[in-house]
Amino acid sequence: MSVQPSTEFHPRWYRAPVSTYWWMGSWRYSLFILRELTSVAVAWSVVVTLLLLRSLLKGPDAYAHFTHRMQAPWMLALNIIAFCFLLLHTITWFNLAPRAMPVRVGGKRVPEFLVAAPNYVLWVVASAAIAWFVLRKS
Amino acid sequence: MAEKIVLEIARYAPEKDEKPSFQSFEVPFRKEWVVLDALNHIKDKVDGSLTYRWSCRMGVCGSCGMMVNGEPKLTCATFLSSYGNGATVRVEPLRYFPVIRDLVTALSDFLVKLQSVKPWLIRKDEPPLSAGEFLQTPEQLDIYKQFSMCINCTLCYAACPVVGLEPTFVGPAALALAQRYNMDNRDQGAEERLGLLAHPEGIWGCTFVGECTRVCPKHVDPAGAIQQYKLKAALEWVKGFILPRGSEDQSKEVRP
Repeated sequence: MSVQPSTEFHPRWYRAPVSTYWWMGSWRYSLFILRELTSVAVAWSVVVTLLLLRSLLKGPDAYAHFTHRMQAPWMLALNIIAFCFLLLHTITWFNLAPRAMPVRVGGKRVPEFLVAAPNYVLWVVASAAIAWFVLRKS
Repeated sequence: MAEKIVLEIARYAPEKDEKPSFQSFEVPFRKEWVVLDALNHIKDKVDGSLTYRWSCRMGVCGSCGMMVNGEPKLTCATFLSSYGNGATVRVEPLRYFPVIRDLVTALSDFLVKLQSVKPWLIRKDEPPLSAGEFLQTPEQLDIYKQFSMCINCTLCYAACPVVGLEPTFVGPAALALAQRYNMDNRDQGAEERLGLLAHPEGIWGCTFVGECTRVCPKHVDPAGAIQQYKLKAALEWVKGFILPRGSEDQSKEVRP
């Protein structure tokens, strides 16, 4: 895609440079960058979950070692931050889902919140099920 | 006290200026005035050299898009009253576009991009005229109508950071318009367009910032159109992977 730099009647076009800090210009752009950064937290959480599963498979000693390591203050802080990012990730993407998937019923587009809502319902149900499984008295 | 509002307007004269600078103008604050009325007032009464584009004054032509206090706006639909009496309002040319003079941006790059998505009905078979017109039900119209409302005002380009960072990115309005034709049941060119647009400068360049949709004065939702297009492209890719031959015949009805 070529751009003509100038013509006889337009001697010189001015092109404003894009600042490296363009994303600080508005909170919406900052939120977008934060949303993109949440992928790092998602990757981190996946690694932690895989390590948890590996320690479970290795036996009680490995599991105790894993949980001990997870109780270190810096690890707790890191995981709390990661958790906040995961929440942001989930909420922003659930809210964007209806835009990518316009559902039509009977020729009419279903309202956006009705497309987003099932995601939230599933999220709450899955979280409740996991919480019940983890916190139940055995 | 007379009611006034100050417009800080970006001025750029290519024959003498190295880069744009701001010039302040005091204009009467009238609650029925939009920013464009204030610009017209300046051009008529204060400085005839002020250069900007405008035409219809009613949000149809898409000529008067500018940055107003850092936001891409149609100046014919942006009331001075929303900034308040005595306020200072900054008016700049649309972001990320080259500036020709004052508030006038160069659109040639956008027009090349617009044309590149083939925004017209593509037919593989052209029925004879005697077969009559292509009929369309209200439901079939409704599927793409939203994306057909675009007035090419380019506000979405000024809102899209990808446009600024990747000048070769085809951009929101052109991609939404491609999707408008893909979703039209009279069109048979979806496959052709997908070949043109399923690449990093096309739909995959979009990172779903979503600002294009927010600033669109015609509620076109380019961000939604591009995500739906991505979904379609991904499904086509999977289909081609699983059914290398079966995916070829999709000439008739291509639905996202």
